[in-house]
Amino acid sequence: MKPPVFEYHRPASLTEAVDMLGGLENARLLAGGQSLMPMLAMRFAFPDHLIDLNRIPALAGIAEDGGTLRVGAMTRQRDLLDHPVVRARLPMLAEALEQVGHRQTRNRGTVGGSLCHLDPAAELVAVATALDAELEIAGPRGARTLPMAAFPLGFMTPALEPDELLTGLRFALPALPQGACFTEFARRHGDYAIVSAAAILWPRDGRIGRASITLGGVGPVPVRLEAAEAALAGQRADAESFAAAAACCGALDPMDDAQVPAWYRRRLAATLVRRALTTAWERADVR
Amino acid sequence: MHDVTLCLNGDVHRIRVEARRTLLDAIREDCGATGTHAGCEHGVCGACTVLLDGEPVRSCLMFAVQADGRELRTVEGLAKDGVLHKLQQSFIDHHALQCGYCTPGFLMLAAGLIEADPDLSDAALIDGLSANLCRCTGYANIVAAVRAVLGRAPS
Amino acid sequence: MSAAGEKDYQASPSPRLAPGAGRVVGQRVTRLEDAPLVRGDGMFAADVSFPRQLAMRVVRSPIAHGRLLSIDTAAARALPGVHAVWTAADVADIPPIPFRATKVRGLEPYCQPILAAGRVRYAGEPLAVVFADDAYLAEDAADLVVPDIEELPPVLDATAEPAEFLPGHSTEPTVVRKEYGDVAAAFRDAHAIVELALSVGRHSGVPLETRGAIARYDASRDLLELHGAAKKQHWNRDEIARLLGRPPAGVHLFEGHVGGGFGVRGELYPEDLLVCLAALRLRRPVKWIEDRREHMVATNHSRQQHHRIRAAVDGQGRLLAIDDVFFHDQGGYVRTHGARVVDLAAGMLPGPYRLPAYRVAGHFRLTNKTPAATYRAPGRFETTFVRERVMDAIAARLGLDRVEVRRRNLVTPAEMPHARPLDTLGTAVVLDSGDYPGLLDTALDRFGWTALQADLARRRGAGECVGAGIGFFVEKSGLGPSDGVRIAVDKTGGVELISGAASVGQGVETVLAQICAEALGIDYRRVRVVRGRTDRIEFGNGAHASRVTVMSGSATYRAALAVRAMALETAAGLLQAAASELSIVDGHVVRLADPGAPLMPLGEVARHMGPDSALMVGRTPGLSAERWFHSAHMTYPYGVHLAVVRIDRGTGEVRVERYLVANDIGRAINPMLVEGQLAGGFVQGLGGALFEEFRYDETGQPLSTTFADYLIPTLAEVPPLDLIVSEQAPSPLNPLGVKGAGEGGTNGVGAAIASAVDDALRRPGAVVSLPILPRTVHALLRT
Repeated sequence: MKPPVFEYHRPASLTEAVDMLGGLENARLLAGGQSLMPMLAMRFAFPDHLIDLNRIPALAGIAEDGGTLRVGAMTRQRDLLDHPVVRARLPMLAEALEQVGHRQTRNRGTVGGSLCHLDPAAELVAVATALDAELEIAGPRGARTLPMAAFPLGFMTPALEPDELLTGLRFALPALPQGACFTEFARRHGDYAIVSAAAILWPRDGRIGRASITLGGVGPVPVRLEAAEAALAGQRADAESFAAAAACCGALDPMDDAQVPAWYRRRLAATLVRRALTTAWERADVR
Repeated sequence: MHDVTLCLNGDVHRIRVEARRTLLDAIREDCGATGTHAGCEHGVCGACTVLLDGEPVRSCLMFAVQADGRELRTVEGLAKDGVLHKLQQSFIDHHALQCGYCTPGFLMLAAGLIEADPDLSDAALIDGLSANLCRCTGYANIVAAVRAVLGRAPS
Repeated sequence: MSAAGEKDYQASPSPRLAPGAGRVVGQRVTRLEDAPLVRGDGMFAADVSFPRQLAMRVVRSPIAHGRLLSIDTAAARALPGVHAVWTAADVADIPPIPFRATKVRGLEPYCQPILAAGRVRYAGEPLAVVFADDAYLAEDAADLVVPDIEELPPVLDATAEPAEFLPGHSTEPTVVRKEYGDVAAAFRDAHAIVELALSVGRHSGVPLETRGAIARYDASRDLLELHGAAKKQHWNRDEIARLLGRPPAGVHLFEGHVGGGFGVRGELYPEDLLVCLAALRLRRPVKWIEDRREHMVATNHSRQQHHRIRAAVDGQGRLLAIDDVFFHDQGGYVRTHGARVVDLAAGMLPGPYRLPAYRVAGHFRLTNKTPAATYRAPGRFETTFVRERVMDAIAARLGLDRVEVRRRNLVTPAEMPHARPLDTLGTAVVLDSGDYPGLLDTALDRFGWTALQADLARRRGAGECVGAGIGFFVEKSGLGPSDGVRIAVDKTGGVELISGAASVGQGVETVLAQICAEALGIDYRRVRVVRGRTDRIEFGNGAHASRVTVMSGSATYRAALAVRAMALETAAGLLQAAASELSIVDGHVVRLADPGAPLMPLGEVARHMGPDSALMVGRTPGLSAERWFHSAHMTYPYGVHLAVVRIDRGTGEVRVERYLVANDIGRAINPMLVEGQLAGGFVQGLGGALFEEFRYDETGQPLSTTFADYLIPTLAEVPPLDLIVSEQAPSPLNPLGVKGAGEGGTNGVGAAIASAVDDALRRPGAVVSLPILPRTVHALLRT
């Protein structure tokens, strides 16, 4: 389990990195390495060039900017998890990050690396979708932004051109009172989720004003449970409403494999949606 | 080949390695510090945990070239002047090791956890220590050993 | 090598070690092994390196079953830094791996060749080996080796009709049958018959250290060395010598630190022979370190069995007969253990119960998976699950309490020793001692079983899905026939204890040192234990089958007593006293009348017994002795496992809330180490009960090849564990009264958790297979 031969590049700036990415054949970006290194060790990936983004200071960092939190793509998951603004204003993001791997992997693993790796079961992919993060992308044709919902094109396929890289993302800091919950089912602590659910409820007049429900691990890309979101709007926040929302999972067409058959993923999704909604409402400020 | 300088337990090692050489292999083979062990080489078991600038990381999930100029601590750096680190002594006292293969990884993980937060809660300790695999002890004695260092009575 | 002080090696009866805790035996002393291990000074296989060594890399079959038509090695050979690439043709003179542990004849056609020839029989089978300057390069070269394999349909179900293994040989080389009593009459006259079909999943030891083998040939002394050995170094040495055509004295095996054994490490594998052969041929040291993905397909699997079992009972739920047919999924070849696990399963299935009639047929079947062999509590983890499922089924069928059914069937102390007309491992099954009902009561009391039932009922009433379970087990340990130990005292009073035992990390050195120190009257820290190497002692049986403390421990006790007697005799002459008036305390000769006044350090006695001493003229010098312990019968530890589980109705996840293991081991030399064995063994059992499984797809591709797919429990999955180390039933079969403690923690876990899950589901018999997966439980909750 030794990685194959590659040429190593360590750009000092974003411009240099973009130039390399555009100029080198069969190049891959090395962010935190927590997913890429195992793939190299197992020789599932054979890049000719690795472009190490770890020494580009501008790519890392967290800044509050008006109503948004801007997170550099190379920000370590640990730094985001420990950030006071995340703890205070985006507790669901912290809740998801706590379930990403373990301390050692969060110390190295980056926010951007996880998003671009785009594992269907990755907590960050699901929670960034739930929080409607806005992604910042750089390339030889300049910078552009993309909503997270448009980022996954398919199984582990981000909407990035081969010469583009993710530079950061923005989370809107919630202004309205809301309650949110990220919950998942994994066989062991720290494992990738089999299914995860992120729910946000905005109360209005003691009822559910608006609901957002996102599922990870069900399909190749995160799924918004739009039917349930629509059905919940204006409803009383009680077990019946949440059960009805969870029942919408019956219409999902999940991934199916020997270990986790589709029917079981569907049932896990229903359970987690119900739990996430219940907890989100408990956390919502309904005064 | 790349010239890399690793500061390992306070000693400077100037090594020449392929880019693909993992930090784990560089520590073991090029620096000769074989106390850090390979358990899976794909980042799950934690046996290769070392402290990188004070924080626990899995050395199988980094290239040596990436650690150029960084401060590394491994199990060999725990004892000072021949006196065991309190975690090492506590592992002995609590029978927190059997075969000893996972032990260096657990020691470095625990050292990183308690140095970062000397008032670590029991819940955070269990969360933190669940990062590494042990196949011999059943874990309870490892927890007891670390709790004792935190000044807590046996549960 | 020093000659022993005298030559009476006969198994003369030695006094039994007095019951109860001694000065060091029975004490929770810290381990001698630990200091280097916590400092990072261990010497595990991968830490062994020699100048000019080559790295070996194994090319493995990507196909489960097929005809190996050709292997193209040209590109690999052409890679700079590659020194050799071998396929089967290059090693055709080396016979396949032999058996060490079976009485069953006719298994030879099923032995594994060191490199596949003609057929490949499992994904992961060695096809070729590459030798290169380093491990990175060797892996690059291995990737360039291209096998051409014509795929054949794989055999993946051991319960299906046997297929052809080779012309004239089916995939069922043998059926292990055992029978006693009138089974037919028992079923004819039974009040009730329960019938179950039960499966245990494929899982195994999976130690944290993968295997490793480093060979070097010292031409100056014509000596071949193999480092990274474990478990069975003397047998492996003899076989390597035989297979390579060398005298045994020209081959030496060295066990360094061992990162966990659990049954799988230290058997003779193809890689061990390949590095030895390469060191001889290439005249350079050759190092092979298994990587984790290799480990998951190359190192022995275990456990996979399917049982079809029937039990006949009377109206009180007493067993009249058991009739079991089971299918053992052996994988692609028969390895060193032969049919041992099938034999153990068949011999140990009756467990702790009075069983008037018994018939078992264990179908030993080859499939296209990684070969299987022993893993901690082999044949017992499986059959305790099966037998205890039967006991629960009897309780349900007759409307009896689960505990009561067991109580009615347990062999009582009055019936001990309890001989069964049954054998296993070539020895008659004689349950040597035990108070099974007594330990059951102790365990239930400690667990608060009665109050627990009320608490669980209350919680169920509040909507929780919770239950309690029980599993009773009988282990076996102390497999003979013999073990020898040599103890020598040096001039400083230091003691060297040379044993043919091995250590796979469980604390052998400390335990032997404690026994030696207790008998000799010294500090256990003065004892240096030499184990696991063939160059210091001619014979050895290694470390397996929970035998070291029983066998090597007893030999140690005898040898230490002999040294003590020699020391006192010599001291008596020097001190002008009668030996019977003297003793040894804290390494000094003392008068029994005044034990606080040291008269002469033991080292000085040893000095007087040196080769230059006038006292030794005409005698063999040295304060040293070698003693052997022989045993014709195994000794049988036993115990109870109790579990409480909670099931998450939404996910089907089973969480074990708390757990108890009670195990009678006769005597605990070091209770702290015994508890460590039970705790670690329990978590391995927990893995097999709920998490760990080597899965295959329908083409025989292994699906559990990483630590992300093969789920070893982490700390977060482990419940609070209570332990009872019972010493109520010392073994009459050895002077220490000990029974093995290595496997009781694992043995009953599948049984107890299955019982608890049934109880939580309120559905007796719901669990029919291990591991108990969340989706299975979730489906049960819905039906």
